[in-house]
Amino acid sequence: MPSTVDLPPLAVAVPLFGAVVLAVAGRWLPRLGCDVLAGLWAAADVALLAWLWGATGDGRTVSWVGGWVPRAGHSVGVVLVADRIGSGIALLAALMVLAAVGYAWRYFEEPSGGHAGVFPALLLLFEAGMVGFALTGDLFDAFVFFELMGVVAYALTGYRIEDPRPLHGALAFGVLNSLAAYVTLLGIGLLYARTGELGFAQIGAALDASGKGADALVVCAFVFVLAGPLVKAALVPFHFWLPDAHAVAPSPVCMLLSGVMVELGVYGVARIYWTVFAGPGGIPADAVRPSLLALAVLTSLVGAVMCWQQRHIKRLLAFSTVAHVGLFTAGVAVLEPAALGGTAVYVAAHAGAKGALFALTGVLLDRFGSVDEAGLHGRGRELPVVGALFTVGAVALAGLPPFGTGLGKGLAEESAKSYAPWLPWLFTLVSAVTAAAVLRVALRVWWGAGSASHGHAGDPETSGGGEEPEVRAPRRTLPVVLVAVPALLLAGCLAVGVVPGVAEAFDQAARVFCDRPGYVAAALDPGTAPPVPPGPAPDWWSAGAVLSGLLSTALAVAGAAVAVWAPGRVSARARAAARRCHLAVRPLRGLHTGLIGDYVAWLTVGLAGLLVAVGALR
Amino acid sequence: MSGVMGWLPYAVAGWILLVGLYGLATSRNLVHTVGCLAVAQSSTYVLLLAVGYRSGGTAPVYSDAEPGTPVVDPVVQALVLTDIVVGATVTALLLALVIQIRKRHGTVDPERLTELKG
Amino acid sequence: MTKAWRLGLFGVAAAVLAGWWAAACVGLPGFGGQVHPYGERAVGASLERHTANVIASVNFDQRAFDTLGEESILFASVLGATMLLRVARDERRQRPLAARVMPSTRLFGAVLLPVTLLTGAYVVAHGQLSPGGGFQGGVVLATGLHLAYIAADYRVLERVRPLTVLDVADAAAAAAFTVLGLVGLVAGASYLSNTLPLGTFGELASGGLVPIINAAVGIEVASGVIVLLARFLDQAVEVGGGPGDGGSRTAGKEDGG
Repeated sequence: MPSTVDLPPLAVAVPLFGAVVLAVAGRWLPRLGCDVLAGLWAAADVALLAWLWGATGDGRTVSWVGGWVPRAGHSVGVVLVADRIGSGIALLAALMVLAAVGYAWRYFEEPSGGHAGVFPALLLLFEAGMVGFALTGDLFDAFVFFELMGVVAYALTGYRIEDPRPLHGALAFGVLNSLAAYVTLLGIGLLYARTGELGFAQIGAALDASGKGADALVVCAFVFVLAGPLVKAALVPFHFWLPDAHAVAPSPVCMLLSGVMVELGVYGVARIYWTVFAGPGGIPADAVRPSLLALAVLTSLVGAVMCWQQRHIKRLLAFSTVAHVGLFTAGVAVLEPAALGGTAVYVAAHAGAKGALFALTGVLLDRFGSVDEAGLHGRGRELPVVGALFTVGAVALAGLPPFGTGLGKGLAEESAKSYAPWLPWLFTLVSAVTAAAVLRVALRVWWGAGSASHGHAGDPETSGGGEEPEVRAPRRTLPVVLVAVPALLLAGCLAVGVVPGVAEAFDQAARVFCDRPGYVAAALDPGTAPPVPPGPAPDWWSAGAVLSGLLSTALAVAGAAVAVWAPGRVSARARAAARRCHLAVRPLRGLHTGLIGDYVAWLTVGLAGLLVAVGALR
Repeated sequence: MSGVMGWLPYAVAGWILLVGLYGLATSRNLVHTVGCLAVAQSSTYVLLLAVGYRSGGTAPVYSDAEPGTPVVDPVVQALVLTDIVVGATVTALLLALVIQIRKRHGTVDPERLTELKG
Repeated sequence: MTKAWRLGLFGVAAAVLAGWWAAACVGLPGFGGQVHPYGERAVGASLERHTANVIASVNFDQRAFDTLGEESILFASVLGATMLLRVARDERRQRPLAARVMPSTRLFGAVLLPVTLLTGAYVVAHGQLSPGGGFQGGVVLATGLHLAYIAADYRVLERVRPLTVLDVADAAAAAAFTVLGLVGLVAGASYLSNTLPLGTFGELASGGLVPIINAAVGIEVASGVIVLLARFLDQAVEVGGGPGDGGSRTAGKEDGG
């Protein structure tokens, strides 16, 4: 029986081993055998991580791989440090992988790449990458697991090789993410040159001891090291790859990409900032807060506007992820433990809602070979249950109480408004717009509301028609799991909001996360870190949170209703105003060109902007 | 080492990154794009190895050298080794995607891939 | 975005990046400096564990977890390439034709093939003692095998390259790495702990777990790279009939005579 300290490396090793077993056994096992094996393996890792989450409590589980525990505060090994936020997001990743394995069970009609074990094996490798990235306490190790996550995700995104679009999306995804990872590695090189260390805690402690403060090298290293996580998190202007990749990946993969991988980018930003750069030798909070907040606001607004413009349903959901990641980043950027705890609740609940919406869109693809909002007008009537669940997903996205999204949003808003009073309005507006877009789809596709026409001629846009179906048996009856998995995910989103104690647990977890001296002591000098005293319990479903959730939902319903029913009934002046709005956002749409060269140019611009901003404010 | 040689190797790393970025931003051929990514990655090799260099140090292998002989930093060499394998495998996977793009789109010119936009 | 816009935007941003990079470089310790705290500790730890090649000790012992992740990337990319380069629904396999090869090329290949394979095996086996190791030797082994393609033709390469066996070997080696980590747990230490007898410094069996993991990595890299190259060569030589097929890839390779 392993002890708690052995759990973090085992949580990475178990899915790795499972992937190997599937890759070999898949040659002989039938499809069902592979899926059962993959399910068992994913469930085993969920159990391990749940155990880790329970055993870690409000402390930290520190694991020196290979037994290289520090002597006199120094080690040559790699350390894994699990606190509740880290093990929590790892657990979320494991749960989403389990859901994706379950959903994919009846989803693809043919074994890919020769045998049925390849796809689930890749899912398990993806899981290992995400868990490793979430638990590691070492910068170079984080780079390795970041790339593992990436490589598997590129391959999975390009899964449907008969359709040209997934290949294009996967390549843009791969080039941008790997490029950013290499920029991160340059930053790691700078930090290693300055401090001679690779661990988060070690670098942080050495920076503080160097007494040089935030000089040009530290600023440059900060921006470069964050390049990878920022691109993964798809913050504007690093976001261009995301809609291209998420719109074309197979639906079970989208559940993972949008549900947890992108959020891991935000997690990486927060973890690296707090452990490495939050001390006196790092970057002052007054430089980090406005820079990150500006990125966050830009991201959520661009994401919301672009989301509203889409007719390709998966691309619409992808932009909604961009918008929400902007909100999560805003929750992190105020650098308050309470806001961070609320954001953690928000991320957990959002994974359920967004995963469910992608899974339900996969049903459309399965039935009709299309994800085009206009082309599917009214055709969803034969799938009422799917439509009902999709609508529930939309209001969950808006943050309707008692869904966990509403709770997380409320908690983050409560804390964030002490820094910037306008932030709650941003949260309300952005979640309302993205939910309105999703509700609009639900009304058009399942209720046949409004007219079937969409858009304006000459717009740059991606239609969702003519998709290569992911399943080639359209006449089969709808498999139960394709509806059961999204229903369970929505139930999970609800559970985050209604189970008492979740908010308190995350709140205390966030306090531990932000306790930098405690982290450094736990990693370098075990046993000396004093436990973090519990703070005042957060207000579980405060009146403000309920009202803000209700307001977002009401705005979303109103927005969707206007979009669907108004066009035929309003005055010419209103139509002209709408037309002007539409023309105003056209240049923004025009920037999303699908050209890797443009995306790389924007990445360079983003890095340069951050360097200038952080450099000027430090 | 002081003077120009004190920072020239680091500057070379930065230059290689910029060359790679320029190539990526202006590429007209996807195979070239993947190649430019590998160029950008080479900057990490140069930086890491430069950071680990020690004047008068030999290779960190003690088969022939006496223990105590000054050696260059072995850690960055191990990191570069890992980095190279990561880079090679990523390149392979991206080239596999390019092969399939060539088959499905009939082109490797990024300007002619126009289906994902807006 | 027009090309001029893109270039202008990029140029300005790149100039900013270059300026900051230069400023950062000035803050770095000078090239060739004597202060390498982690490096010093790594050398000490390596000698303590009777591993002559410090880089092997860092890769397979001190920071073995990085290498576990990295080997998984290799494994994932082989699996991913296998999936991406599968024969699509509208494609079919073609039998490669025999190719003529100059006798001198044939002789050259026949002589060099065993020499290269032996060199590769040597480089893998002495990884913990001398420069080299599982990665480097594995790549030598994998490329050496492809001399069969140069000296003969694709049919011969297919005969010396049992893909199913290599595919399983790749997976088995990856599994071995994961499972070898458990040896430490069984011995009551942590995951990936080097708890095996350390042997005599400088001998082939020194370093405890290091030579074993090194060998597993050698097998994984060699078989992984061969499988990876096979997927690409298959696309060039055997797979045809898809939409982008020009129809002229029946020959095993360009005329060798």
